[in-house]
Amino acid sequence: MTNHWIDYQHSDVIMAIGGNTAENHPVSMKWIERARETKGAKLICVDPRFTRTAAVSDLHVPLRPGTNTAYLGGLIRYILDHGLYHEDYVRHYTNASFLIQDDFDFDAVSGLFSGVEDDPTRSAKKYDRSSWQYRSDEQGNAGTDLSMQSPNCVLQLLRKHYADYTVDAISEITGCDRDVLEESYRLFASTGIPGKAGNILYAMGITQFTHGAQNVRAIGIVQALLGNMGIAGGGVNAQRGQSNVQGATDMAMLYHIIPGYMSTPQQAAHPSLSDYLQRETPAAGWWTNRPKYFISLLKAFYGEHAVESNEFGYQWLPKLDGKDHSHIAMYKSMAEGEMEGLICWADNPAVSGPTAGSKRQYTANLKWLVSIDLFENETASFWKEQGKNPEEIDTEVFILPAAASYEREGNKANSGRWIQWQWKAQDAPGDCRSDLWIVNALFKRLQALYAGEGGIVPEPIVNMAWQYDDSSGQIDIEKVCSEINGYRIDGSGLVKNFLELKDDGSTVCGNWLYSGYYNDLSHPPCKRRQRETEGIGSHLQWAYAWPLNRRIVYNRCSADPSGKPWNPDVPQVWWDQQARDWKGYDVPDFNTGLTPVSSARTPFIMLPEGKARLFSAFLNDGPLPVHYEPADSPTANRLYPAATFNPISQRFYENHVVETEQDREKYPYVLTTYRVVEHYQTGTITRNMPWLNEMMPELFVEIDEELAAELGIANGSRVTVTSKRLENQAGVEAKACVTKRLRPMMVNGRKTHVVGMPFHWGFIGMNKGAVVNDLTPSVGDPNTTIPEFKASLCNIRRCDE
Amino acid sequence: MRSQICLVDTSKCTGCRACQSACKQWNQLPAESTTFTGAYENPPYFSCMTWTKVVFREHDDHGSTRWYMSKQGCMHCTDAACVLACPTGAIHHTNQGTVTIDEIKCIGCNYCAAACSFRVIGFDRSANFAKKCTFCYDRISNGLKPACSSACPTGALLFGDEREIIRQAQSRVGYLQANGRQDARIYGLDEVQGTAMLYVLEDFPDRYGLPSDPHVPIQTRIWNAIYGPLRIAVVLAVTFSIWANYNKNRELDEGKAANQDGGGAER
Repeated sequence: MTNHWIDYQHSDVIMAIGGNTAENHPVSMKWIERARETKGAKLICVDPRFTRTAAVSDLHVPLRPGTNTAYLGGLIRYILDHGLYHEDYVRHYTNASFLIQDDFDFDAVSGLFSGVEDDPTRSAKKYDRSSWQYRSDEQGNAGTDLSMQSPNCVLQLLRKHYADYTVDAISEITGCDRDVLEESYRLFASTGIPGKAGNILYAMGITQFTHGAQNVRAIGIVQALLGNMGIAGGGVNAQRGQSNVQGATDMAMLYHIIPGYMSTPQQAAHPSLSDYLQRETPAAGWWTNRPKYFISLLKAFYGEHAVESNEFGYQWLPKLDGKDHSHIAMYKSMAEGEMEGLICWADNPAVSGPTAGSKRQYTANLKWLVSIDLFENETASFWKEQGKNPEEIDTEVFILPAAASYEREGNKANSGRWIQWQWKAQDAPGDCRSDLWIVNALFKRLQALYAGEGGIVPEPIVNMAWQYDDSSGQIDIEKVCSEINGYRIDGSGLVKNFLELKDDGSTVCGNWLYSGYYNDLSHPPCKRRQRETEGIGSHLQWAYAWPLNRRIVYNRCSADPSGKPWNPDVPQVWWDQQARDWKGYDVPDFNTGLTPVSSARTPFIMLPEGKARLFSAFLNDGPLPVHYEPADSPTANRLYPAATFNPISQRFYENHVVETEQDREKYPYVLTTYRVVEHYQTGTITRNMPWLNEMMPELFVEIDEELAAELGIANGSRVTVTSKRLENQAGVEAKACVTKRLRPMMVNGRKTHVVGMPFHWGFIGMNKGAVVNDLTPSVGDPNTTIPEFKASLCNIRRCDE
Repeated sequence: MRSQICLVDTSKCTGCRACQSACKQWNQLPAESTTFTGAYENPPYFSCMTWTKVVFREHDDHGSTRWYMSKQGCMHCTDAACVLACPTGAIHHTNQGTVTIDEIKCIGCNYCAAACSFRVIGFDRSANFAKKCTFCYDRISNGLKPACSSACPTGALLFGDEREIIRQAQSRVGYLQANGRQDARIYGLDEVQGTAMLYVLEDFPDRYGLPSDPHVPIQTRIWNAIYGPLRIAVVLAVTFSIWANYNKNRELDEGKAANQDGGGAER
C-alpha cells in the first residue's frame, strides 16, 4: 500500500471495496475506529455480500460481483461532472494536462481502443499501443495544455470516456440501488477538497477478475483526481492477505519480476546486458538508477564470478521465452505433459487454484512432486481423493515438514511496507525445519551435484554465490540479511542504503528496495522498536519501511507546489521558508535538494514524466479502465453491446465459460468466493485447529431468503452447487446458509441472485469438505493472469433432489 | 464493591471471535464437536467448554440489513440469580465483585444454570460441576486483563477502573446517538443492580439476543428466602461429610498400601 495501517486514523472517508477488512484484516478496524471516533470519519463498504465489515460500516453498497470497474467509472464521472476534483493537485501532480496522439480512439460498440489486433496464439486480441502515447515535441518532451481544455488532453479524454457511466446506467449494471450508489459517490467525492483525505482499501475482490489490473487503475485514477495520493489518510491501499506476502512479492515470487520490482529479462528483447539496461532504463525518473540495482543484484547472484568481461553473469540469468508461465498456463503445460516435477512451497493449488479439480487430475502427469508445508495438504495427497486410484498414479511425492512462523526468526514486510524482525518463540517440533534451512540444504546439494557431475547448463548453478553457512555449517541468517541490504566488495562493510549502490560491480545488493533495512549488524533498523512521542503516527524509529524508511510514498503531494501542506493538521513534509529547507514527520519521497517549485514538477518520482497517470499506456488492455463483464456473466454488456469479457484476456480452454443464453439458463446464479476470519486460505493450518473448526465446522453456501424459498432450500440443509466447469460431474456439496445478508438484485432489468462460498475446505485434515474452486474458471487478467475467482456462474439444487 | 469491570462496546465489535478462542486458550477449554446449522454462531449454546462466544443476530430494518454481533457470557451480576439459587454457596461474589464457582463446594445441582437469565452457565457432567466465565480471576488478580479483552483487536472489549469504564460507556453512547443511532444505550448499569460486563448497545437488547429485562426469578427469591438461613448448616454438613469421607478414604488407602507393601515383602 502507498500508506500504512496506523495512517488510517487520518482518513475522513474510507472506502473498503473488494475487501472484507473487518474479517480478513481485523487490526485495520482499530485504526478505522480511531478515525471515526476522533474525526467522525465514515466507512463505506462496497461488497456484494453484507459482510462483517458491512455490519460496522456507515454505508453498504452491494454490487453484483465483477462490476467494480463500472462502479468506479461511475465515480470518476460523478467527480468530473460535479467538479469535485482537487483542481490544483490534478493540474500540477497528474498527467491531466498532457496531450495524447491524435489517432487515439475508443469504439463504443466493441469496447475497444485504437490499435487492436487479433492474437491467434492466445485466442484473444492484443493492442499496438502507439496511438496511446503522449504527443511529444521534437525534443521528446510531452505536450501539455495547462488549461486542460484541449479535446486531446487527458482530462477531456477522461470526461469523454466516462460520459456514459451515469448513475442510472451503473445502477442497472451493478444491481445496486440508485440512491445508495449516489450517496456513496457523494460521500467519497467529498474528499476532493484540500485538507480532506479519502482512503481506498482493497484486496482480492478488486484484483481477481479478468479486468483486475484495470480495477486497481480505476482506484488510482479516483485517488489522483481527488488529490488523495501521497497524503496522510489517503492512498491506494492494497491489504495483503497473508503474513509477509508483501515481502514475498518484494522478493519476486512472481515469474515476471526479479527482486526489487525489476522486469525479468526476455530472451528476444534483451539478449545482452547492455540490451536489457538500454531498453529497461528510462531517460528520466528514479528508474534511471536501474543499472546500479541490476548489476548489484547480479553480483549478489554470482559473486566473484560476475565480472564486467562476462556481463556480470547476465547470460546465466534465466530469461523469459515470450510465453505465459503464470499459474493457469503452468497447469496447462502440466496437462500437456510438458512438466516433469513441481515444488509446492507453502502452496496448495489443489484447493486454491481455479478449476482445482482438473489441477489435481493434471498433477498425476508429474514424475515427482515436493510439498513443503506445516501439515499434509491436498496437493501432496491429491492421489488420496475419493475416486482416484493410487495404483494408476506414478507421481512420487515428497513431503517436507516446515517450521511455523513462530518457530523461526526472520523479517516480514507488512502491507504498509514495514519490514519488521520477528524473533523465534520456540523450537519447531520433530524434523520440521525453517524455509531458510530447507532452501540452503537443497541448493548446496544441487550445487555439489552439478559441480561433481556436470549437466545441461551447469554454470548458473555452479557459479551461484552461496556462502551463508556459519563456522558450524548452519545457515547464518545475518549473512542473508547483509546480502539483501547490500555491501561493498572492498571489505568496507554494509551500504547505508541504495543511494550508495554502484553499476560497476563494486557493490552487492540482493534487493535495492530493502537496502538500509539491515545496514548495522549490531542495531539493524528492522529490529528497532521505538514508539513515536510526537508526530502524525509515522513511528520512524519503529522497524524500517521500504523505500528509505518512507511511511507514505509520493509524499511531496501532501504539500502544494510552494511546499505548504494541504492539510496543516497532519503535515508530512513542508518547506521551511526561514531555514530554506524541507521539514517533516516523514522521510521525504523526493529530492530535498530541489526547491519547492522544482520538486513539484515530478512528485511521482518513479515515473519518467513524474506525474500520476490518469491515462497510462502501461497496461496490456487499454489506457483507461473499461467496463467488461466477467467471463461467466449473467447479462450482456450494457455499455458496449459487442463486448464480451475482457477481449485481451487469454482463452486457455474451449467451452470453459458461460457464453450462450442456454448456458445462462443452466447456471443462472452469480457465485463469489471469499474467506472467513475463522479459517485461513486453503485451511491447511486452520482446519487442523480444533478451536477454529468448532467455530466454522463445515463448508457452506450463502443464499438469499427469496432464492432459498424458490428452490425449497431450508437453512442448514445440504445442497449441491455446480458450474460450467463441472458439467456432467457431481458438483460441490455444502450446507445452506439462508441469510438476510444477501438480497436479489435487479441487473439490466432482470432479477439476479448472488450466492457466496468460502474456499477454505478440502479433503485432507481434521475438518474435511468439498473444494469450492472446482467451480471457478481458469481465465485471468491479461496483465497478471490472476484468475477470476470472484465472479462466476453456478446452479444450486437440494441434495435430496 | 467492584473496582474493575469490562466494557463490551458492540458498536466496535467486528465479530472476529478472537475473544472466543482466547478464552478457550487461556482456560484450556476443549473444542466442542459442532456442525454448521445455518448461521455463523457456533457452538450453539454456552456450556462447560464454552464460556464466552460471539452471538450473531440478523435483522431486517425496513428493507435494510443489520447484523448484530456481541461477545456474550457471564455478566457477573450484582443481584445474581445464580448466587441466590446455589444451595451450598459454591457460586459466590469474589472480593473483585465478580461471580465465580468454588468447585469444591459445588454439588452439581444445576440450580444456578436454571436461574440465570442469560443462560450462560454450563454443566460438566463428568466432573459434576457447574462451570462458567471466571472473569479471568487468575489474570486480573495478577495485574493482567481478562484473556478476551487482551485479544480484542478493535478496542471493543475494554477493561479498567469501574468509574472510568462507565464514563467511557456514557460518552460512547452520546457519540452514537449523535451519529444516527438514537436507540444506543448502556446495558448492565441498572439491570440486575449492575453487571461487571457492561455493554454499549446500538439498539434494543433483544436485537442482540440479550434479555430486555434480566431479573432474578421470583421462585429463586422465595427459594433463597426459605433456604438461605439453612445454608450454613448445609455447608457444615457437606464439609463434614467431605472431611469424613476423606479421612475414611485415607485410612482405606493407607490400609491398601500397607497390604501391598506387606505382600511385596513376603515374596
